[in-house]
Amino acid sequence: MIDFRSLMQPHRIVMMLVFAGIVVWCAFSLQWGWIPKYTPLALQGIWTSIWLLVVTVVLGFLLAVPLGLAQAIGPWYLAAPAKVFCTIIRGTPLLLQLWLLYYGLGSLFPQFPWIRSSELWPYLRQAWPYAVLALTLSYAGYEGEVMRGAFKGVAKGQLEAAKSFGMPRLTMFRRIWLPQAIRNVLPTLGGETILQMKATPLVATITVVDIYAVSSRVRSDTFIIYEPLLLLAVFYILIAGLIALAFHWLEVQVLGTGKRAG
Amino acid sequence: MTGLLDSLGLAQSAELLSLSPPGWGGNLLRGLSHSLQIAFGAYALGLVIGLFGAYGKLYGGKVTRDLLAIYTTVIRAVPELVLILILYYVGSDIINKISSSMGGGRVEINGVAAGIWVLGIVQGAYATEILRGAIQAVPPGQIEAAKSFGMPAFMTMRRVTIPAMMSFAVPGLANLWLIATKDTALLAVVGFNELTLETRQAASSTRAYFTFFLAAGFLYLMVTLCSGVIFTRIEKWARRGQPSLTGGRT
Repeated sequence: MIDFRSLMQPHRIVMMLVFAGIVVWCAFSLQWGWIPKYTPLALQGIWTSIWLLVVTVVLGFLLAVPLGLAQAIGPWYLAAPAKVFCTIIRGTPLLLQLWLLYYGLGSLFPQFPWIRSSELWPYLRQAWPYAVLALTLSYAGYEGEVMRGAFKGVAKGQLEAAKSFGMPRLTMFRRIWLPQAIRNVLPTLGGETILQMKATPLVATITVVDIYAVSSRVRSDTFIIYEPLLLLAVFYILIAGLIALAFHWLEVQVLGTGKRAG
Repeated sequence: MTGLLDSLGLAQSAELLSLSPPGWGGNLLRGLSHSLQIAFGAYALGLVIGLFGAYGKLYGGKVTRDLLAIYTTVIRAVPELVLILILYYVGSDIINKISSSMGGGRVEINGVAAGIWVLGIVQGAYATEILRGAIQAVPPGQIEAAKSFGMPAFMTMRRVTIPAMMSFAVPGLANLWLIATKDTALLAVVGFNELTLETRQAASSTRAYFTFFLAAGFLYLMVTLCSGVIFTRIEKWARRGQPSLTGGRT
């Protein structure tokens, strides 16, 4: 992927040396003494961030498939609600959705005694179910729109061929329509997953302790501003790189070629 | 009107949202106007950065190109929330250093200006990529023709490149504007009193969370939908004279 020879141009070597110099300067002249104390918390935060990302992407995508399908071929009474849902999700800030769910539902639920006495109550009192719900709905909203285009983009002849062989509709969907649609949107999905990763730190505003919340805590405990933020940025860049690599690998597996999306 | 609201059980919500002081409607609208100011400013700043960035990426030297690649990659890989914090602290540090070197004290930073600076830099990275793609989509012959007539670089940009690339850039730029309006909500986390923060303050002091968050959602949605209408017009205008993509012969 990265051509080694292209890195060996003179100006790039100079830039890399400058960069290495900056890293060394950071390592020696900034304060890193807080790291050992916060490592366990940071590891937990990293775990929470990644867990949230994976769970919401998977659930969101599962929700996006019916949303896209409803908009692509559904009758109007399914297509219209799906379209309204996608428009609302895409038209309002995620932070607002998150706060609406957490503060709104969170203040509504305790008014009903049967919810308080139900098995779910211990979970509903925590913040993470609301975080998962908001992030899932958000991903589903954006992906529903993407999947609509993908379902429409599958060549008609393929579906007609399947039909002419007498393939049942569900099999046709499972074997031909869905795989082709997913194939077409894999590059888009990679980009959207990185966007979702960039949305996860918002959950810190509803008291979920992800890696962003840990860095905020370091900042407010020690009054060290830049060091935790720099580390945090590096962490997110690494995760974004990993997601890009993973989707690249997936594209190679699925498409057979490493077609890079711009 | 009041009878209708009463019968729907919405009288209380209407009272909370009324524009005069017992209601919080005025606060929400003030927040909305702050949000829109920040979004406009950041979008404009982002477009300027994006135009220079795109030209730098396409026609700049090796070092410029690599530096711009780092800028766009890093900005697009780090969450906006983290960037906002970093840029906010960097910006206020720089301004305070300048002010203290000139013998002044600590400077209170205007929330709108800080929001524009922070979001503008984020928008600039996305705008760079959109405009670069759009400029690349312009048939090179057109730009070469302008050059061959001895048109100066700036005039070529103004008269040929920008009008020709508009139709390619408008869909991406429309998306970017929507991102700008929604990203202003993130500034609530650093305490700017834009729409989302005003909403939260109103909601937590009246305990009417649903009323206020839904009202704010409605305002954001209106902004999005109106922008959609306007950008459809702009796209139509930018495409004038071009064969349509869907209606043409295939």
